[in-house]
Amino acid sequence: MTEPLLQVKGLQAWYGESHVLHGVDLQVHRGETVTLLGRNGAGKTTTLKSIMGVLRKRQGEIRLNGKDLMGLPLHQIAYAGLGFVPEERGIFSGLSVHENLMLPPKVADGGFTLDEIYHLFPNLAERRNSQGTKLSGGEQQMLAIARILRTGANILLLDEPTEGLAPVIVQRIGDVIRALKAKGMTILLVEQNFRFARKVADRFYVMEDGHMIDTFTADELEGRMDSLNETLGL
Amino acid sequence: MVTVFGISLPALMGQLLIGLINGSFYAMLSLGLAVIFGMLRVINFAHGAQYMLGAFFAWFLLRYAGIGFWPALVLAPLGVALVGVVIEKVLLSRIYNLDHLYGLLLTFGLALVIEGLFRHWYGTSGQPYSIPSTFQGAFNLGFMILPKYRAFVIVASVIVCLTTWLLIEKTKFGAYLRAATENPTLVQAFGVNVPRLLTLTYAIGAGLAGLAGVLAAPVYQVSPLMGQNIVIIVFAVVVIGGMGSIMGAVVTGYVLGLVEGLTKVFYPEASSTVIFVIMVLVLLVRPAGLFGKE
Amino acid sequence: MATKAASPNVANVTAGHRTSSRTIALMIIGLALILVAPFLIYPVFVMKVLCFALFAAAFNLLLGYVGLLSFGHAAFFGGAAYITAHAIKQWGYPPELAILLGTGFAAVMGVVFGYVAIKRQGIYFAMITMALAQMFYFFCLQAPFTGGEDGIQGVPRGKLFGFIDLSNSLNMYYFVAAVFIIGFLFIWRVVHSPFGSILKAIRENEQRAVSLGYRVNRYKLGAFVISAALAGLAGSVKAIVFQLASLTDVGFQMSGEVVLMTLLGGIGTLMGPVVGAVLVVSLENYLATSSLPVPVVIGSIFVICVLLFRRGIVGEFNAWMDRKRG
Ligand SMILES: Nc1ncnc2c1ncn2[C@@H]1O[C@H](COP(=O)(O)OP(=O)(O)O)[C@@H](O)[C@H]1O
Ligand SMILES: [Mg+2]
Repeated sequence: MTEPLLQVKGLQAWYGESHVLHGVDLQVHRGETVTLLGRNGAGKTTTLKSIMGVLRKRQGEIRLNGKDLMGLPLHQIAYAGLGFVPEERGIFSGLSVHENLMLPPKVADGGFTLDEIYHLFPNLAERRNSQGTKLSGGEQQMLAIARILRTGANILLLDEPTEGLAPVIVQRIGDVIRALKAKGMTILLVEQNFRFARKVADRFYVMEDGHMIDTFTADELEGRMDSLNETLGL
Repeated sequence: MVTVFGISLPALMGQLLIGLINGSFYAMLSLGLAVIFGMLRVINFAHGAQYMLGAFFAWFLLRYAGIGFWPALVLAPLGVALVGVVIEKVLLSRIYNLDHLYGLLLTFGLALVIEGLFRHWYGTSGQPYSIPSTFQGAFNLGFMILPKYRAFVIVASVIVCLTTWLLIEKTKFGAYLRAATENPTLVQAFGVNVPRLLTLTYAIGAGLAGLAGVLAAPVYQVSPLMGQNIVIIVFAVVVIGGMGSIMGAVVTGYVLGLVEGLTKVFYPEASSTVIFVIMVLVLLVRPAGLFGKE
Repeated sequence: MATKAASPNVANVTAGHRTSSRTIALMIIGLALILVAPFLIYPVFVMKVLCFALFAAAFNLLLGYVGLLSFGHAAFFGGAAYITAHAIKQWGYPPELAILLGTGFAAVMGVVFGYVAIKRQGIYFAMITMALAQMFYFFCLQAPFTGGEDGIQGVPRGKLFGFIDLSNSLNMYYFVAAVFIIGFLFIWRVVHSPFGSILKAIRENEQRAVSLGYRVNRYKLGAFVISAALAGLAGSVKAIVFQLASLTDVGFQMSGEVVLMTLLGGIGTLMGPVVGAVLVVSLENYLATSSLPVPVVIGSIFVICVLLFRRGIVGEFNAWMDRKRG
């Protein structure tokens, strides 16, 4: 196989004194949608935050397209091609929907145009002048995803995009992710919603207590259901 | 002669005008404080010292380089902003992840140093700075005499405040500022150089104080202590208005200046304390301040 | 930037204080020093140090143990000084009564200021106390009884309890020393009382203290009033020692000075404010004879303390001792 787009090796991370990640390995290839599974508190969010550089106390190797991200200051990591949707979505209340959308600087060519985005998310177009946090939870999630599509990032880190959303909205988000996949976008997705994850993922990683304990492809999923039921408590 | 509550109309208007002038400075200074606080979470006690620096820089330019008011109106604030850049990079940037009280202590110390140095060099008596020739003289409005320069100060302060407001509310730069006020880490994760944004914000705040200082130079005297007296009043203004809103800080500044002017007419003994009394009343009724959200 | 500090307040930079044998030993040494000091050093200097040490210790009760930064403590110090000086000079009060009156006045002012200021927290609390003190400063500037720019000068020291002549400098000295020791021990008691533990609990985590059912604002106000009263006590005694009450005592530089003493000595340590007072008063005495401008030096120390030395001298010393012990 070719060199992975995102290569993580032996990643460790800390919150203050508390050691949370103990050597996580992970690879995402170009065009893949990879889902990170694991119970609450397993370290999924921490893994994304460490890759993004939002959590600074970390060790190990993180490479994007061969470029080492470890030593970069936070504001340069996005320019390596990472787009981040945090678990809490991070919609700014002091900004309108449109301003939220336009906030992240373009980091590379080839991002979605504003028209494409408003076409993909018609609700956002309608409410472009509302205050960002006046949107419903589902719309805020759409906005959080839409916001990084403009930037030209070539890999999206999505942290539990379906959390707390109604089934119809979850379906909408599924559609969006499939549309992104169809455009060749690479996605690293954290999910607790297993039924959602299995519909979109090409490959899975399973985390427990800050360790990566398993990885398998969508085709191998059936054979893993028993052990998954146990680790995830499905 | 026309009188209002036994006060002659020109005397009343005169005091209101003085109040409005003071209010213009309160507005510009509390605006700068609020901008800095919003982004850096630092209460900039050195704001008064930076206001004083603005006035002194203008005076230096005139005295040592023969550079007059108009160029000074641009150059002196730029100079103060540059001082702000140094202060932010060398000192403030080291304390952002500490308790916010340290920011107040640090800038308090800084104010003592800056004002102490100028006092050491120039004593406590003020240096005159003459009114630019364009604005010599006065308008006779019939019911009052309005000195041209004072009218200019009021208009200029309104323009300055509006421009700053537009910068923050309507531009991309302002969107970065507003977003970073809420979640600096995420904004930086998007690729915005937030440390530089912080430096720039502090420089803008300091520059605003410097600009107010230049405008003040012909009205008051250029004195090392001019900022010391005003900074605590501006703190009270900011507590009254609530620091959540830029517009709130500005409007509160003008209104309190006017109130102070009115007090001078009707109860002069209280004119130096009236703003503090209002602060107490506001705190009792609305602890978050008039425009604060909490 | 909105990155919150890991610690909820300034006071947390120092480890929680224990009354170790070390503290007791230090206190005994301190007591011995206080007793012999007037024979070694100019007594007026030591008295000044003791007044400011008590002032700083009172201030630290609030900052170090409740986490509230008051930037207006000069109002209590200077206000009490004015009342005491006026009571002695104009009304012919004996010193003990005048001091009581000054202290009581500071306590009442503490109730008023405290009630207003504790409506807000953190940085706002600091700004509000500063503004309130400034209001009081303007009041003193205008009020006829304060003597304006001159202050109240030539206050007679009088006879304590009718028979101890305070114009004798040793009598005066031991009276000041007694007031300081009583005040200091009182603060020590307060810090180690159940009341003090609740204050510390509030400092550590105000929300939790609220949920445990404590009326947090009452405790804060209580601490504020005690702190104000003790600051007043220090100011009253200072007025008698120097036979003077003036605008300097109520100005914001004075408020800043007491912050500096505490910061330099060690916030949240019992001995810190005392050490800080010794250093700052000595420094000012030294600077008075040099050509260096005082505010510049004081301001520089502020900046250096905040950047490099937040635990203060006693805090660093404690940390060093703890490390040595492992
Ligand atoms: N801000 C934080 N400070 C301290 N510990 C944290 C913080 N955030 C998460 N943790 C801890 O780190 C571990 C991993 O958390 P997280 O990565 O959020 O898990 P997940 O996203 O898989 O639910 C958990 O034990 C959690 O308690
Ligand atoms: Mg998570």
